[in-house]
Amino acid sequence: MTKPVMIDVTDVTIAYGDFVLLKDVSFQVRRGDIFIIMGGSGCGKSSLLRVLTGLTPAAKGHAVVDGTDMVSADSAAKDAVMRRCGILYQSGALFSSMTVAENIALPLRQYTGYSDKMIEELVALKLALVGLAGFQDFYPSELSGGMKKRAGLARALALDPDIVYFDEPSAGLDPISSKLLDDLILDINQSLGTTIVVVTHELSSIFAIGTNSVFLDGSKHGVGAHGKPADLLKNPPNKTVYEFLTRGKEYAQRTK
Amino acid sequence: MGFALQRDGRQMTVSISGDFIRYQAAGEAARLVRHIQKASPAILILEDKGIGRWDSSLLVVLYQIVRAARVAGITIRKQTLPDGLQRLIDLAFSVDRKPSRTNRVRSGFIIRVGEAGIRVAASIRRGIDFCRQTIISVGRWVRGKAVMRRVDFWFALDDCAPKAVGIVSLISFMVGLILAFVGAVQLKSFGAQIYVASLVTIGMTRIMGAIMVGIIMAGRTGASYAATIGTMQVNEELDALQTMGISRTDFLVLPRLFALVLAMPFLALLADIMGMVGGAAVGVFMLGISPSEYIHYSMEAFNLTNFFVGVFHGLVFGFVIALCGCYFGIHSGRNADSVGVATTRAVVYAIVWMIVMTGIITLVCEVLGI
Repeated sequence: MTKPVMIDVTDVTIAYGDFVLLKDVSFQVRRGDIFIIMGGSGCGKSSLLRVLTGLTPAAKGHAVVDGTDMVSADSAAKDAVMRRCGILYQSGALFSSMTVAENIALPLRQYTGYSDKMIEELVALKLALVGLAGFQDFYPSELSGGMKKRAGLARALALDPDIVYFDEPSAGLDPISSKLLDDLILDINQSLGTTIVVVTHELSSIFAIGTNSVFLDGSKHGVGAHGKPADLLKNPPNKTVYEFLTRGKEYAQRTK
Repeated sequence: MGFALQRDGRQMTVSISGDFIRYQAAGEAARLVRHIQKASPAILILEDKGIGRWDSSLLVVLYQIVRAARVAGITIRKQTLPDGLQRLIDLAFSVDRKPSRTNRVRSGFIIRVGEAGIRVAASIRRGIDFCRQTIISVGRWVRGKAVMRRVDFWFALDDCAPKAVGIVSLISFMVGLILAFVGAVQLKSFGAQIYVASLVTIGMTRIMGAIMVGIIMAGRTGASYAATIGTMQVNEELDALQTMGISRTDFLVLPRLFALVLAMPFLALLADIMGMVGGAAVGVFMLGISPSEYIHYSMEAFNLTNFFVGVFHGLVFGFVIALCGCYFGIHSGRNADSVGVATTRAVVYAIVWMIVMTGIITLVCEVLGI
């Protein structure tokens, strides 16, 4: 049975003044997918993520997230959608003046009627899920890069979101921490059925977790390919995609 | 919806049924844990008796039950639970890493006083060292060996001189206006309102102009120096300078210091003029003094010594503001909160040191009979 569409991007164009970064980008993300937005540096991956999360307006097109168009909706409607979404930023984006527990408790206090005791228990649970049990009283400055990301993920998961966005989750992590984070993404996806959108150019992560993907081609300012990462590697539609997925191997040699 | 406990010999079953969405689980979890701990069974079975929709609130209860059971050495069986729940419970206990430090312990009063004393001493040492390094940098610049980009100096000068003219003019005009207005109320009762001109001229040129410019520039430019350099600290740009062997004081402090020291006397002069214009507005439009008469009395009260003392104050304040802004920026922490603290401290310390310097200059002037 085909899973319902959670994110429907149609002809989205992102421009900064006269400079068109992405033109007519279209793709769909289905419920329960781990969807990878990949491409070279500066191709517009993070800008596309900002459009999906309502932070940046698109010049044209539609980005419908769980029934709401994040391009044309008013801020109240966008807020309502974002309450059902979690985001893990590159650096974790924890509030430095708050402890880890306060960071995670913030959305719970804002949007749920839970008692203080319940919030405390939920914070302990979320931290345990990301492998940081007992770190409630730590400040972000006392955590390593990988731990900050895990704490950021615990905050992103606080409200049991339907969709979780990851912006370059592996950036700055050692291979083991990166793999552990990939495993965590898979666990969350499989346990909760959460739809996951990952912006990355980390090949090991792309192949390890991606169930579907879109490749943004910086030279074309648009979509270069679309499909499962493993399928794209097996049958690359063009030279750029092949070189990207093989860290620059000669396309000609492959086709011979 | 709920939990039912059933004891069967050495085995205990927790039957779970219903929907658990935004379920206030804290009290229920504590109750179940108490029962399980009291019964202390050998085996604990978590049984799905028709779990509907669920979210983390159900998981909170199960997490606490499993945690308590593990501590008590009870065997847990949860095979009938939904797959997602089982996986999440396993995930929550998959990492057994303990924080490397325990929670903070509040020290005793004596220890806290001692620690504060050590911090203050270290801070004074850092301040003296910073001033020493700045003097060495100035020496290097004089010998043409400092790594100071001219473009940085012009940028800093543009930021602290032309761009500050508007706010300095407005505030100084208002201060002159207020000074004249307050003086006029008293002087009028003696029929001596004409001396408003003298009051404003002496007040603004001797000290008020420089003080007002100092406060404005501490809040405007000093804060901006601390925030800019503090953000560079967060972005590891200061580390990059250090590893390249480039002196931070040469590269970051000198252009800002020179720009502010150069600009402040002129801004103090501008403040004097605008203050006198403000005083004239009150004198002419409120007290009915003719413009020529006002100018005459102003010129009579004008004293070059007062004027130069005021301008000298401006010069000294320039040093103080630039050094405080750069010092707190360079010694900022590496997060957003620390940059905020650095900015606040830069402004507060600049104002405190300006008052201290004013006291010293006044004392010296008194001794010299100026």
